[in-house]
Amino acid sequence: MLLKLELQSNPEALCLVRATVERAAEVLHFRDAETRAIVRSVDEALANVMRHAYGGRPGLPIEMSCRRVEHVGQRADQGGIEILLADKGVPVKPAALHGRALDEIRPGGLGLHFIHESMDEVEFTRKKGKNLLRMVKYLSPTPLAAASEGE
Amino acid sequence: MQIVVRLAIGGTILDITGDIDLAHSPAMRKALLLEIREKKTPKVFLNLEKVRYIDSSGIASLVEGLKASRDMGSRLILYGLSKTVREVMELSRLQKIFEIHESEAQALGS
Repeated sequence: MLLKLELQSNPEALCLVRATVERAAEVLHFRDAETRAIVRSVDEALANVMRHAYGGRPGLPIEMSCRRVEHVGQRADQGGIEILLADKGVPVKPAALHGRALDEIRPGGLGLHFIHESMDEVEFTRKKGKNLLRMVKYLSPTPLAAASEGE
Repeated sequence: MQIVVRLAIGGTILDITGDIDLAHSPAMRKALLLEIREKKTPKVFLNLEKVRYIDSSGIASLVEGLKASRDMGSRLILYGLSKTVREVMELSRLQKIFEIHESEAQALGS
């Protein structure tokens, strides 16, 4: 386990989480753009919990944990970070879990699109009265690893 | 996040400093719509040079501001976007609908 946080659904906490996740991604040697993608996804996911699962009510519990993942599937040489979020808010509707089409210019609905674009794996489930979100980002192959894969 | 309002030739500059996230985007939205809808400012310049982070709620506020400016026949002009802010704009595929300039001088001269 890299880190475990118990948060409350207060938007003011988001800047602290972003700073923490940024450091965790750096420790795992993610590149700058990948780190920004991870930070963005965690921030958007937490914002969705606060706005939708908890309807904007502050002070409600959110659990977040991050761990290093290694030797997963075809990406055995890379490893990455797995982030789990859990909340006790209203159940998320499966139909609402896809980002909206971007051809329409209107505010709202972009957060999920950002998450899906930024992470390699995104999985929503509901267990024992909790919404669970699992997000994984793998390290990009190093130039050396990429070259040897092509041989 | 801080918002400083400055007068400029033909309009108003809003200098934004800090992160535009769920906690702070309502304040930016309010300031933006005040200038556009209530003060009827013909050109609203949004200085994003000191914005370190923007989330989807911040982008939504910008879209709302843009729609309001179109309704009012005014202009919303953004400048000084950091790499992080540009990245989010590109992800949302909205960078082409906004009027975006590199610097304040370019924005004011537009």
